Amino acid sequence: MSSAARPPAFLPNWPARLAWLALAAYALYAASILDITWDRFVLGLENGVRFVGRMLPPDTAADKMALMMRGLYETLEIAVLSSALGILLSLPIGLLAARNLMPAWVTWPMRLLIALCRSFHQVIIAILFVKAVGFGALAGILALTVASIGFIAKLFAEAIEEISLKQVEAIRATGAPFMNVISYGVMPQVLARFIGFATYQFDSNLRNSTMVGIVGAGGIGGTMFAAFQKFDYDYLLTILLAIIAMIMVSEALQNRIKKLYQ
Amino acid sequence: MTTAAIDREWRRYTPRQRLARFALYFGLVLACVVSLRTVQVIPEFLYDAPEQMADLFKRMWPIAWSFYPSGVHDALIETLHIATLGTLLAIVMALPLGLLAANNIAPNAAVNYFAKLLLVSSRSVNSLVWALLFVAIFGPGALAGTMAIAFRSIGFVGKLFGEALEEARPGPIEALRAAGAPWPSIYLKGYWPQVEPAFWAIALFRWDISVRESAVLGLVGAGGIGMAINAAMDLFQWERVALMLVAIFGVVIVAEVVVTFIRKRIL
Repeated sequence: MSSAARPPAFLPNWPARLAWLALAAYALYAASILDITWDRFVLGLENGVRFVGRMLPPDTAADKMALMMRGLYETLEIAVLSSALGILLSLPIGLLAARNLMPAWVTWPMRLLIALCRSFHQVIIAILFVKAVGFGALAGILALTVASIGFIAKLFAEAIEEISLKQVEAIRATGAPFMNVISYGVMPQVLARFIGFATYQFDSNLRNSTMVGIVGAGGIGGTMFAAFQKFDYDYLLTILLAIIAMIMVSEALQNRIKKLYQ
Repeated sequence: MTTAAIDREWRRYTPRQRLARFALYFGLVLACVVSLRTVQVIPEFLYDAPEQMADLFKRMWPIAWSFYPSGVHDALIETLHIATLGTLLAIVMALPLGLLAANNIAPNAAVNYFAKLLLVSSRSVNSLVWALLFVAIFGPGALAGTMAIAFRSIGFVGKLFGEALEEARPGPIEALRAAGAPWPSIYLKGYWPQVEPAFWAIALFRWDISVRESAVLGLVGAGGIGMAINAAMDLFQWERVALMLVAIFGVVIVAEVVVTFIRKRIL
């Protein structure tokens, strides 16, 4: 019986098991801290049924539809303008933050700026801009522009840091000025990825521009939050369905555009 | 007549492709121009923006550090609990959906499609909207926030986990099956070791995002530090708002450091 002497193929992994146990214990502890109990959950489900009942059927009164279309239109404007601004600003900021092209005294402030843009949620940035430039679409545009810079410029800088420097050197060796080194040595290597980041960010901006209205920064979010606070749940459902439809249409369009560039 | 071949003009794209690209660029520029012309900006508000900004920072200074123990610490811990518990809940719910969405595990196109539809609908609703819905259902508080984080995360975790499963190599699974292993063993010893690194990477990544998002859920009443921010803003206590922003900044940085550390240790 040689097989009896052979060690088992799959040894028990005690540290992993203990970690899973600790995770489960944490979940129970956190649930008790947050006062999440089964009773509340069941009570909530009853509430949920009533809530869904009040949502149906969606409210499609003509005046409310017109208000919603205005909000959706403003949301689209915010998404388009903030993406355009963010992309335009990300190009120079990303270039300046790339450590293989720029000296340290340029990259450090730029990297700090990018980190600052990234560290807060768009809605919090929107709060600050609402205070600075008042209620309305402009605050939303600026808030999402900041968020776009945090995302695109960071990834763009990282993409530039991964390029092959041979082509850059070749262009430099011909005596090309700095801008030509950038446009012929660097950009061809990273442009495809940059377009990818930009489309992703537009998608993300579209989703978030439906939200910044909650703090007064324009778009459909304001209308939606008002409907919620007035217990106008059937209108809330209409708005939610419209937002989801808009995002799905935008995703389908983006898939078409991606195919165009393959 | 060899010159005809030489003189032929070579182009990279077909006329149709060029037309489509031109239409795209035209559409993009048009969208920007139309948005720029119709967006409603009140110029009077813009003129005093620098003053308003200066005023804001002046009100935020000095930061009310002494408020931290009584008003911020508990809310901050609650935010962290909401993010962590919500992510755990999402993982538990996303695992079966991810399995159903992977076409090598559930070889049924209808099941795959249904699972993917659920995952897409979870992702296309923003976490703040999920929070609104759950506040209406469970009432204001941490339970609504936890559920919002969980439901928003299901789509993210499930999609990436399903994709990781689809990339698993069939070799080990076939070997286990040939040895007569029952299905739990096939999953635990065949699939799990292959997707485990991806699984932890996804979970950590999502937790990092959840921490950022749970900080704002309170703005709609779903618990955490957002509720404290909302209360302080309504009372124009900007020096307290500044303190909370600094606290969120600190937590986000700490979360990133923790994620990087764990990733280095286990991946």
